[in-house]
Amino acid sequence: MNGGARHLYLHLPFCAHRCGYCDFVTLVGRRGGHAAYVDALLTELELERGLLATDLETVYLGGGTPTYTEPGVLTRLLATVPVAEEVTVEANPETVTPRLASVLREAGVTRVSLGAQSFQPRLLAVLERQASPDAVRRAFYHLRDAGFDNVSLDLLYGIPGESASDLARDLAEAIALGPEHLSCYELEAKPGTRFTFAYGEELARQAEAMEGYFELVVETLVGEGYRWYETANFCRPGRQAHHNLGYWLGRDYLGIGIGAVSTVDGLRWRNLPSLGAYVGALVEGRRPPREEEPLGPEVVGRERLMLGLRLDEPVPLSQVEGAVDGLALARMERLGLAERRGGGLVLTPRGRFLGGGVTAELMAESPAKSTI
Amino acid sequence: MSGLEAIRNFSIVAHIDHGKSTLADRILELTQTLSEREMREQVLDTMELERERGITIKAQAVRVAWRDHQLNLIDTPGHVDFTYEVSRALQACEGALLVVDAAQGIEAQTLANAYLALENDLAIVPVVNKIDLPQADPDAAAAEVAELVGEDPERVLRISAKTGEGVDLVLDAIVARVPPPQGAPDAPPRALVFDSSYDQYRGVVAFVRMVDGRFSTRQRLRAMAAGTRFEAEELGFFSPDRRPTPTLEAGEVGYVVTGLKDVSRLRVGDTLTAQELPAAEPLPGYKDVKPTVFAGLFPTDSDDYPALRDALEKLKLNDASLFYEPETSQALGFGFRCGFLGLLHMEIVRERLEREFDLDLLVTAPNVAYRVLTKAGEELEVHNPADMPREVEFVEEPYIRATTIVPKDYVGSVMELNNDRRGRFHHLEYLSEERVLLTYDLPLAEIVYDYYDQLKSRTKGYASFDYDVIGFESGDLVRLDVLLAGDPVDALSLIVHREGAYARGRALVDRLRKEIPRQLFDVPVQAAIGTRIVARETIKARRKDVLAKCYGGDITRKRKLLERQKKGKKRMKQVGAVEVPQEAFLAVLNLDGERK
Repeated sequence: MNGGARHLYLHLPFCAHRCGYCDFVTLVGRRGGHAAYVDALLTELELERGLLATDLETVYLGGGTPTYTEPGVLTRLLATVPVAEEVTVEANPETVTPRLASVLREAGVTRVSLGAQSFQPRLLAVLERQASPDAVRRAFYHLRDAGFDNVSLDLLYGIPGESASDLARDLAEAIALGPEHLSCYELEAKPGTRFTFAYGEELARQAEAMEGYFELVVETLVGEGYRWYETANFCRPGRQAHHNLGYWLGRDYLGIGIGAVSTVDGLRWRNLPSLGAYVGALVEGRRPPREEEPLGPEVVGRERLMLGLRLDEPVPLSQVEGAVDGLALARMERLGLAERRGGGLVLTPRGRFLGGGVTAELMAESPAKSTI
Repeated sequence: MSGLEAIRNFSIVAHIDHGKSTLADRILELTQTLSEREMREQVLDTMELERERGITIKAQAVRVAWRDHQLNLIDTPGHVDFTYEVSRALQACEGALLVVDAAQGIEAQTLANAYLALENDLAIVPVVNKIDLPQADPDAAAAEVAELVGEDPERVLRISAKTGEGVDLVLDAIVARVPPPQGAPDAPPRALVFDSSYDQYRGVVAFVRMVDGRFSTRQRLRAMAAGTRFEAEELGFFSPDRRPTPTLEAGEVGYVVTGLKDVSRLRVGDTLTAQELPAAEPLPGYKDVKPTVFAGLFPTDSDDYPALRDALEKLKLNDASLFYEPETSQALGFGFRCGFLGLLHMEIVRERLEREFDLDLLVTAPNVAYRVLTKAGEELEVHNPADMPREVEFVEEPYIRATTIVPKDYVGSVMELNNDRRGRFHHLEYLSEERVLLTYDLPLAEIVYDYYDQLKSRTKGYASFDYDVIGFESGDLVRLDVLLAGDPVDALSLIVHREGAYARGRALVDRLRKEIPRQLFDVPVQAAIGTRIVARETIKARRKDVLAKCYGGDITRKRKLLERQKKGKKRMKQVGAVEVPQEAFLAVLNLDGERK
């Protein structure tokens, strides 16, 4: 053990409503069950505490809608989680009241990630989001009033019916609020979601037209002085999401809660998403049921490459040795899509737009398959 | 009656579907060579019989008895590509039944077969079949066929092989009109090989017509053209199953089990003689048949290459005219360049490879054999467009004489098609008020490219078509290359006439642009003659490919996604820097079939 994981994730699955496009592990309503779940969560944390370093770098409360959790229960949870340099809570705008904002602040939360998604009622309706544009802005100011100086906004683009000017307007609205951090994702229609069922064909039709949207996002935000430090993430200087950065840098992390994933010392495991089984096991002091995936050094190398290339700083070649296809690298360099810089490997701005494609090129065949 | 006087050797020739095999079956029945029950059983049990007896029961030559005579029915290969084999089979006979459908009249292959029979000085017994059909017009058909072979229409037999009506008269006519074989029973032995088959236990089985002398079992024999020596392990005839006999006598038709392990060592048309008592001269007319149509065959899955090699080896055992040699294509990997006697032969081979050997194949556009004189004065025969030198003094291509018989309303369409295909009008003749015989000289290359489909669609299927290769002529031919991102795609090179080059290039480029997925960079798709670009399109680069979110829980899934993406690339063929999916090649190679 190299001193234990310095990143802790806590999953709070509860939501007031499941949005059509969502494929996270979420549970609607069940307010009566929140306390029991959080008890279980804390039990699991206790069981796994040995895997954590003594000084944590980040704690992240994700969901679901963590801020939908009953206030008393949430407060209890926050009071119990270990202290860390960065403590982030995900929040949906409609849940953010002045009271909640100060509760979070007082509980030691340093950063809030606000799920804005869009500022246009028409598009929010398509996404089945509950908040109005005004609610998004209100939530943001409540957080500022409570003293948060590190707020992130989530935006989605490629929403059915969205035009390039819709996107430009959303970006302008977001920038006007002056967040320290922005996450901008293309809407992914995940197979099996209600959303794909309803809009799949239209999304497929739009696919080509949407090619330019990603470029528009990057140009606009970089033009406003944000740093495009990860494929879909932008920040003011020094305001990266350090918790997520931990994933992208291949650090160990402990995930607690249903459906949560941990990676510690070459082992990845995922708690099964069943609430009953999770709570049931922990009530008896047992570990919840989980799937395990041992990560061999070669898989670790490939993941380092895949994740490292998402960042704007080079991934050290020494960490991805064996994972890179040398011939493909030469080809990508010739095409101006990747470059070697200071002993590391990084995608060029153009290469970053083609991230998945370039990374798939660069990735070496797994040795087991390439032996001839 | 005995000796040569009692023997009649004959073939049945007919246009496809005019009733050749039904008549053959009926003859076997009527002569009690097979009972009705056995006929059915034979059909059902063929495979089992083959296993049991260890010999392929291929009724190339069936001996039947009719009114004190020995009749040998010699089968001929069914189609145009095997003209040479047909002519050898006919050479083994003294007569031929020329069968014509009473509803259709004579067709292109009726003509081709009749001419072949006449060339071989055979007595022709014209037969109008299917007189039981409601739409039959036996008189009209009889008049056509009588005119063709110079016979009195009254002497044309009118039968129904289906009902059996008149089949006895056919057998009587064979005895009466076909002369007995001539030969010198005491001369050094000579036998014509008119077909052969390969048996996995007994090796090559030659089908022979004894012309002079006699063979005995265990006699040491020699093939005069190939120089192959072997011992006659068994002699015999088919009736219709194998009947060993101690000897084969002059005039008789039978088989020789040679024990040879390779059909190419005993080719159709060769003459067998005895090693101890050799004939001075072989029988006339032996020809080394050369393939005229070539194509590259590649397994879609490169792992199937050894399976394809084995399958070709096996087919070759039974098909001496099949030619193949390894070919390496930069675009399609390892495969074989194969030579065929014609398009139908190619189709048969391809179909057998796919059906009997369960192979998935990519077949390049077929091309003909070209004779080339290089600028350096070197003479070449080119079987693969990719081997065509870019600088040539001249190129010669094979020409055919194409015979088409068509209802008169479609004559114009056929002439138009032939003119489009660089055809030269040769001859036009009314066979009847309704039907026209049209002959054109055409480059064979124009036939291999989508000709049949065009002919069929322009004549609503009423045309019948046949051709003979008549020689080589020089033409203004150019090599058309397809380039992806500047790199030539060897498998897509074509040799085309300069005038058609632009259209072909355009079509290829358009199709490729549609079929090749967008890459990480712009890909120009070009068609070029030498250094001159005749068509160009660009496949625009992809602008984004992003695995949007990637946090703790997504890592395994995203990694697997990328690994799958990487694996998908492996199935692509890499042409220079461009990845081309298998389907794109298929689509382009199928272009022929879709041109309208």
